[in-house]
Amino acid sequence: MNQPTPSGGSRNVQMARSMCWHCQSEVAGEYFCERCVKVQPVSKETDYFTCLGLPRRLTIDPAVLEAKYYERSRAFHPDFYLNKTEAEQAISLDNAATLNTAYRTLRDPVQRAEYLLDLEAGSVKTIRTSPPADLFEEILELQDTLDAYRAGDHSSETGRRLRARLEAERGALERRQAEMEDELQKLFVEWDALQDRGEADGHARMERDRLLRRMREILSNRTYVKNIVNDLVETIG
Amino acid sequence: MARIVGIDLGTTNSLVAYMDKGVPRVIPGADGRTMVPSVVAMTDHGLLVGDEAKDHLLRSPDRTVYSIKRFMGKSLADVQGELAYFPYTLTEQGGVIRIKLNGKTYSPPQISAMILKELKRRAEAYLEEDITKAVITVPAYFNDSQRQATKDAGLIAGLEVLRIINEPTAASLAYGLQEKTQGTIAVYDFGGGTFDISILKLKQGIFEVLATNGDTHLGGDDIDRRIADLLLDEIRSAYDLDLGLYPDHMQALRLEAERAKIRLSDELKTLLTVELPDGRGRFTRELTRDQLESLVADIIERTLAPCRSALKDAGLTTEHIDEVVLVGGSTRMPLVRRRVQELFGKQPHCHLNPDEVVALGAAVQADILSGGTTDMLLLDVTPLSLGIETMGGVMSCLIPRNTTIPANAKEMFTTYADGQTGVDIHILQGERELAKDNRSLARFRLKVPPLPAGVPRIEVTFLIDANGILHVTAKDMRTGRQQSIEVKPSYGLSETEVERMIEESFKFAKEDVASRKLIEARLDAGSLLTATEKSLSEGGHLVPDDVRTAVRAAVSALASAKEGDDVRAIRTRMAELEQTAKPLSVALMDDSLKRGLEGKKLSDVT
Repeated sequence: MNQPTPSGGSRNVQMARSMCWHCQSEVAGEYFCERCVKVQPVSKETDYFTCLGLPRRLTIDPAVLEAKYYERSRAFHPDFYLNKTEAEQAISLDNAATLNTAYRTLRDPVQRAEYLLDLEAGSVKTIRTSPPADLFEEILELQDTLDAYRAGDHSSETGRRLRARLEAERGALERRQAEMEDELQKLFVEWDALQDRGEADGHARMERDRLLRRMREILSNRTYVKNIVNDLVETIG
Repeated sequence: MARIVGIDLGTTNSLVAYMDKGVPRVIPGADGRTMVPSVVAMTDHGLLVGDEAKDHLLRSPDRTVYSIKRFMGKSLADVQGELAYFPYTLTEQGGVIRIKLNGKTYSPPQISAMILKELKRRAEAYLEEDITKAVITVPAYFNDSQRQATKDAGLIAGLEVLRIINEPTAASLAYGLQEKTQGTIAVYDFGGGTFDISILKLKQGIFEVLATNGDTHLGGDDIDRRIADLLLDEIRSAYDLDLGLYPDHMQALRLEAERAKIRLSDELKTLLTVELPDGRGRFTRELTRDQLESLVADIIERTLAPCRSALKDAGLTTEHIDEVVLVGGSTRMPLVRRRVQELFGKQPHCHLNPDEVVALGAAVQADILSGGTTDMLLLDVTPLSLGIETMGGVMSCLIPRNTTIPANAKEMFTTYADGQTGVDIHILQGERELAKDNRSLARFRLKVPPLPAGVPRIEVTFLIDANGILHVTAKDMRTGRQQSIEVKPSYGLSETEVERMIEESFKFAKEDVASRKLIEARLDAGSLLTATEKSLSEGGHLVPDDVRTAVRAAVSALASAKEGDDVRAIRTRMAELEQTAKPLSVALMDDSLKRGLEGKKLSDVT
């Protein structure tokens, strides 16, 4: 079997102005044609924020997100299309599936940020994805300690010493995790503010790149830290 | 839109329900009972389903099928461990279990279809209309093959299955409709053969499933077996007798174990009695509730790990659960209630009838689908992760478990060799790392135009619909052309096989209907003949000779038609007799009226 390659595809921003598949009148991103009231397919170019009727911001009120999701679920869910034509049923099924993915992605702040970074890709493609050298060193060393602890006698003097060290490391890493979450939150706010100002000058562009770059960095470091913390929790409880 | 009924196709019992002006109701049979035992017997005099079939468990155990749900969507290898418990012969063909009865083989969907047909008939008799559409419930933890098998069963029974709905979520619909609660609930559904736990958020008419977990091979059946095994051992050591060699006695033992279990939910001790073969008397034994509880504690314990996993997947702890709803007959056991209460730290809700609540919920969902109920919406999840096999036999996950359905995932495929014309895709379901440890759902070969390696780009879309059933489509990204895919299910009936079974079932259905009509006509003719004979003897003297003669002639004509197989002839002769005998009945009526008046006069005088 072939290694499947992950699906790429450009995720465009602008909402497609198009024609109603049924009566050919013009629709501009509405879910139902104004003339014939038929459900319209969510365009492939529609991003998850637009799909849920939200601005492309990183700080989202979970209650608002949920309300939007429920409202659109009532509009799209296949349960309400059983008496409709086959074409409408197929659209409802696709729309509901897209809506569910959109909600799942935006509900989680990290997935939301990852998704936004994907959307804004291009300017940030060159961002390195390997952890910074110091973090890398630290993780490697910790892995060695973990291996030594796992292989050795837990009740021996060495075992107790290793355990104490791992516990200290775990505490430090968890603090680091919390710091990352905090910084991410700050970056979210900064990003949203920048978007709200809507400036398009050189300074704004530089600021935009800086924020995206920093978020990418934190997100990938966060994954490394998270994995090693999981390992630690599994081993020493 | 035609009426849609809701069906709970259970391991032990099945029910059918409908929506009556906004209130779901279970449809009773002629005897007033709502539950149809999920038992099918192939007797010499034809097929029996339900209570009548249950009587045959002892008389002809090798031709009486129960707990068929445990075999739905399974291969023989899947159920190897419990074959000894079933008295009928099982084989396998094309990855599907077959049951040998009276020299014919049946697949589990065909047996389930017989139960569904009985429910369909019951609903038709009660509602006095044809029923062709249904919502059928399945355990939440059923995989794709098991769901598909259930859908096939519906088709074979002549039902369009508009939705396969999960049992705990169905229960939550009935619960939500009745209790009007908002908040987070846990539905603990412990039935005859399966266990499910679902965590739901109820808010403004939306029933959002946050996580589900379970075990499709854990239920009351296992508790009965534990009791039966205990008695089996005791009989073996006391009488040097292996009851396992006597299928009818094994069935009696199993049923006695089930009854004792049920009694021990209300009583603290009970007596079990088993007749021994070859006139060796009977074995009796007292069983206390405490003994039962220590005997099956580990079975109940096995339901708790899925509860913890579901909570974890939902990102919740027990403090977040506002209400625990109990569903399924096995939740009547005090030990189950205690353990659930201990785990969740609150008294479980058991105001609903645990046997009926799933069918009632299915009726609610049916009403939503037919457009009757518009303020409620169920957002369910897929219980198992869906993926494909990749290099090195590893499963690559496409749609993780507990993803809200409908859900889709797209994957791009290409070739690794020049001129390669196909890519094999193996679809899996499960939570394990390695492909071989997960459930194989299907395999198919993607057709690729012969091009240099890496040039073709085929986008495959995996869509799990609102029934939790997978659909696969492929699109050549270079030409934009859609490609039809023939997916070969690993553990299911092929489409042609299902079609053949539907045809067969229609043939049988016609025969069934015809023979039922004949039986009814004969019965009606019989009662008309008896009534006419009575009239003739009581009032023959009141009518002229020619009327009497004509009636006698019509009676013998009907009597001979009744011996034949022609329903129309019987009905025609009946109409003729009624017509001919009219003067006789009029005369009798007049006579009795007169007598009545005379009697009155007489009494007035005295």
